[in-house]
Amino acid sequence: MASGVAAWLPFARAAAIGWMPVANMPMPIAPTEKNKRADELIVLNVSGRRFETWRNTLDRYPDTLLGSSEKEFFYNEETKEYFFDRDADVFRAVLNFYRTGKLHYPRSECITSYDEELSFFGIIPEIIGDCCYEEYKDRRRENQERLMDDDEDKKDAKLPNMTFRETMWRAFENPHTSTMALVFYYVTGFFIAISVLTNVVETVPCGATPNTKEVTCGDRYTVAFFCMDTACVLIFTVEYLMRLFAAPSRYRFMRSVMSIIDVVAILPYYIGLVMTDNEDVSGAFVTLRVFRVFRIFKFSRHSQGLRILGYTLKSCASELGFLLFSLTMAIIIFATVMFYAEKGSTSSKFTSIPASFWYTIVTMTTLGYGDMVPKTIAGKIFGSICSLSGVLVIALPVPVIVSNFSRIYHQNQRADKRRAQKMQKARLARIRISKTGSSNAFLHSKRNGLFSEALELTSSIEEEQQLSKNQSLLESQHHHLLHCLEKTTNHEFADELCYEQSYLEGALQSYPSQSPSLSSQEGMTGTCCTRHTKRNHAPLPNSSIPTCALSHTHPHHNLQELSTIHIQPLNTSRSSLNMRVDEPARLNCQSGTITTAIISIPTPPATTPESDAHPPPSGPALQNVVKVSAL
Amino acid sequence: MSSCRKRCKREMFKFAQYLYRLVTGTLHADSVEDELELSAVRHRPEGLEQLEALTRFNRKELQILYRGFKNECPSGVVNEDTFKDIYSQFFPQGDASTYAHFLFNAFDTDKDGSVSFEDFVMGLSILLRGSVQEKLNWAFNLYDINKDGYITKEEMLDIMKAIYDMMGKCTYPLLKDDTPRQHVEIFFQKMDKNKDGVVTIDEFIDCCQNDENIMRSMQLFDNVI
Repeated sequence: MASGVAAWLPFARAAAIGWMPVANMPMPIAPTEKNKRADELIVLNVSGRRFETWRNTLDRYPDTLLGSSEKEFFYNEETKEYFFDRDADVFRAVLNFYRTGKLHYPRSECITSYDEELSFFGIIPEIIGDCCYEEYKDRRRENQERLMDDDEDKKDAKLPNMTFRETMWRAFENPHTSTMALVFYYVTGFFIAISVLTNVVETVPCGATPNTKEVTCGDRYTVAFFCMDTACVLIFTVEYLMRLFAAPSRYRFMRSVMSIIDVVAILPYYIGLVMTDNEDVSGAFVTLRVFRVFRIFKFSRHSQGLRILGYTLKSCASELGFLLFSLTMAIIIFATVMFYAEKGSTSSKFTSIPASFWYTIVTMTTLGYGDMVPKTIAGKIFGSICSLSGVLVIALPVPVIVSNFSRIYHQNQRADKRRAQKMQKARLARIRISKTGSSNAFLHSKRNGLFSEALELTSSIEEEQQLSKNQSLLESQHHHLLHCLEKTTNHEFADELCYEQSYLEGALQSYPSQSPSLSSQEGMTGTCCTRHTKRNHAPLPNSSIPTCALSHTHPHHNLQELSTIHIQPLNTSRSSLNMRVDEPARLNCQSGTITTAIISIPTPPATTPESDAHPPPSGPALQNVVKVSAL
Repeated sequence: MSSCRKRCKREMFKFAQYLYRLVTGTLHADSVEDELELSAVRHRPEGLEQLEALTRFNRKELQILYRGFKNECPSGVVNEDTFKDIYSQFFPQGDASTYAHFLFNAFDTDKDGSVSFEDFVMGLSILLRGSVQEKLNWAFNLYDINKDGYITKEEMLDIMKAIYDMMGKCTYPLLKDDTPRQHVEIFFQKMDKNKDGVVTIDEFIDCCQNDENIMRSMQLFDNVI
C-alpha cells in the first residue's frame, strides 16, 4: 500500500459504513489498537546530520529497515536517537521515499554507492519513479559495460588445457593472440589482395602485336595467370578447411556469412576445372568468373570498419527501403509527365515511359549525362522540378543512415536492447510481486486470522497476541476493511489459483486421484481457501508472509494433487521484496520449526498456472528445505 | 444563406492568409491560446477553531487528519480522479472506481466537483462521531443517487454492482452475473415495507433500527480516529 494513502485509511474505513445496511451478515470485529500512542517524532542521526520524522511515516513500509523492528538495532540509548553510519546525502532520497512514496535518483550520486545504500535500507531500486528511472538505468548500463570491458581484457587469456582445436579456433578469431596466428592473418590478407589484383589485371589489354588485334593480358600470359589463380584458390581452400575443422560448431560455422563468402569465392575455380573445353557452357563459365570478385569481401574479416558498414546497412534497412520506395514513386511520376510533355516534339528520345525512366533517374540523382534532354518548354519546366525534387528525396534518409553508422560504431547496440528487454521484464515482475504481496498478505493473514479465531475459543491468548502483534496496525486495519467487504457481499477473496481451479472445476471431470498419499489428505478436500482445515502448525513468527502458489487438494482436479504451500520463513516479506530474480532465495534454518501437516511435493514452478506472483527461485530452493511431516 | 456566404468568405480569407504565410516563409504563429490555467486552485481551509465548532473532532484529531489529507493532495482539494485513485489503492483485487464515484458525490456536498478539507472532515464527522440516525441518513444519501428522496431498484442495483466490482474477479464462490440483482431483491424485501418499489428515508431508518446486525455494525468504526 502506498505511502500517503495510509493516511486515508481511516477515511476508507469510515466510508465502509455505506455497506452496512446492505450487508446481511454480521461484520467482523475491528482490530483494537493496543497501547495506542500518539504519533511521535523520531530522530534519525545519519553521520551527524539529524533527520526527524513521524514514526507513522516510517511505518508505511514495514518491509524495509526503517519501517521494521530492524532499526532497533541502531538505537542509541543515551541520545535517544537512531544512529546510522551511512551517507547523509543519499539518505535524503531514502527518507523522501517514505514521505512521498516515490523514490528518486539524485543525479550527482555514484550509481554503485546509491545501490549500496538502497540495499542497506532494504529498498528495491525497481520502484524508482519514472522521472528518474531512465537516468538510473543508463548509468547502471554504463557501469556494467565498464565492468564488462574489464572482463573482456581478461577473456583473451589462454585457458589452460585447451585442445589443439580450441587453440586453432582462438587463433583464427583473435589474430593478435599468438605470432603464428598473426602470420597466418597477414598471409591470407596478402593473398586476397593478390587474387583481386590478378582478376583486375587479367582484363587489361597489353601488348598488341602489329598484325593481330589487341589481346588482354589474361589471354597472353594464360599459364602465369592460371598458376597464380590456382595458388590463391589452394590457399583459400586450405584456410577454409582449417576453419571448418577448428570451429566449435561446424553447422553454425557453415551457416555464417563469412563462410558463405569463402565458398562462393573458391567455387568458380573448381567448377571451371570440371567443365573445361566444353563450348556450350563456356559462356556460363565466364559468368562464373564474376563471382571471383567476391573474394574482396573476405577482407571484412580483416577490417572492423567493413563489418560495421555491413551492420549499418542491415540496421538501416527500413530507411533504405523508404528511400527506394520514394524514389520509385517519384521516378514513375516524373517519367510519365516527361513522356507526355515530350510527346509532341519531333525526334524525341522519350519514346516510351520506361525509356523516360532513365532520364528521370539520371536527373534526380543530379548526374545529368545529357544523352536525353527535353526540348519542349513544358518538358524543360518539369525537368527542372524533377531535378529539384530529386535532391530533396535523396538527401532525406541519408542523415539517418549516417547517424546510425556512428551510433553502431560507438556502442554495442544489439546487446543493449536485449539486456534492456530483460531488465524491463524483471523490473515489472518485481513491482508486481511487491504489489501482489499486499493482496496475498491479506489472504494469508485471513487464514491466520481464522486460526486465531479458533484459538480464541481455546483461550490461548498469548499466541493470538503474538500473531497479531507482528502484523502492523495499519495492515490489520486494512485487512479488517477487506473482511467487511467480504461479509457485505457474502463472497470471499481468492487468489488467482483458487479462482482458476474453481473455474475449471465445472469444466473438468472428476479424475481418480493417483497419489497414494492422497488418502491421508481426505480431511483437506473440498473448498479452496479452506476454512476448515485443522492445521497444526506452530504460530508463524511473521504472519504477513505472502503466500505464493497456493493450490489445494482436489479430487476433481488433475493439475495438482497435493497441497503445496511455499512457505518462506522469517523475514520473507522483506526478502521476497528484495529478492532479485536471479538470487537464490534466502532461507534460514527457521524453516525447520514449521511442522505442517502437508506433504510438499516440489512442483516445478513452470507447472503452476500462477506464474508471476511468486519469485521463481523459491521453487527449486524450497525443494531442499521445506521438509514436511506427513499426517 | 448569408451565414453560408459569411463562412465562405472567412474560409477564403484564411486560405489566402495561409498561402501568404507559405510563400513568405513565416512560421505558423503561436496562437496564444487561453491556456487552461492549470488549476493553481489552492484551497486553504477554515481555521482550526471553526472546524472544531463545525465537527465533533478535537484539535489533535483535526491536525492529524489535515496532515494526511494535505500530504496526499498538496493543493488542498481532491478532484474525482484523485479520489478514485486513492480509494482504489485499498482494493487491489477489484475495480473500486464506480463506488468511489458514488462516494465522491456523497462527500461533495456543495457539488462543486471537488472535495475540500471541510467537506472531507464534515463527512467523517458524521460517519465516525455522529448518531446512528445521522449515519443512516448519510447512507441513505449515498444510495439515493439522484437525491430525490427515494431509492429505486435501479439505483440500488448500480450501487450493488459497484460494491461487487470491488471484489474483483477472483472470488470464492464465483461471482455470477445476477448476484447483485439477487442481493438487491433481498434488500428490497427487507426494506420496502409498503411494496411500492421504492424505499423512502423513513422506511429505511425504521427497518435499519429494527435490525440488530446493522445497528451493531454501525458502531463498528467509532474508534477509527
